Amino acid sequence: MELLRHIIFWLFAVLTVGSAVVVVFHPRVIYSAFALLFTFFGVAGLYVFLSADFLAAAQILIYVGGILTLIIFGVFLTAKITTLDIPHQTHQRYVALVPIVMIAAGLFTVVKNTVWPTAPLPHHPTTQVIGELLLTKYLVPFELASILLLAALIGAMRLARYYRKRED
Amino acid sequence: MQIELTHYLLLTAVLFAIGVMGVLTRKNLIVLLMSVEIMLNAVNLTFVAVARYTADLTGQVLVFFVMCVAAAEVAVGLAVLIALWRHRGTMHMDSFRLLKW
Repeated sequence: MELLRHIIFWLFAVLTVGSAVVVVFHPRVIYSAFALLFTFFGVAGLYVFLSADFLAAAQILIYVGGILTLIIFGVFLTAKITTLDIPHQTHQRYVALVPIVMIAAGLFTVVKNTVWPTAPLPHHPTTQVIGELLLTKYLVPFELASILLLAALIGAMRLARYYRKRED
Repeated sequence: MQIELTHYLLLTAVLFAIGVMGVLTRKNLIVLLMSVEIMLNAVNLTFVAVARYTADLTGQVLVFFVMCVAAAEVAVGLAVLIALWRHRGTMHMDSFRLLKW
């Protein structure tokens, strides 16, 4: 049983990190977009593994169903594969490695030097507790988030709409 | 050996670093947005892992708000991107330099 847990965890971990590497380094944008699908699925699998059942469903619905579809539409609407104008390569890779290594080393040091709680708690469904928290303690942020989404909706429509020039 | 919180935290650290790498090295606006999404996902995974190991579901509620902001960010970002494409006909980050000094 423990071995099985390990196998599943490492499977999802490798899937997530590997497809994230493909997203960042693949020269074709559409390949990056489809690799991002696997990253999102890997993260959703890890949510299930962490017994966050409701969040895993939300991850699939929002990220895979919404955000990724939007990104792929963005690719289709803008990137012409045939034009040479689109940058394909990574730039200044070795200069960028300096801040990356600093960030990663900082995070690793913090993770290694902190005493974390070790035993995971027994699994229980989370949906009811999340719903109660959202409608009692976090009611104001919840409403603010809906206002933010409405504003983003209207703003995105206003920005992306095509305005024809007037003749007069 | 059990799978501990440290495993998840190291995994998310790697994921976050990959996202930063994408933001710093790619010049395509769409790939930049995708890298930002990877970073947001890494942070979400950290929240969920810590929430699981400390039995406090506040972390999972916060993930919802992060998801909301990510959706809004992608919608507005892609709208800006399409408007830029219409005006400039390019996706290259270096060609958008009106606000650069």
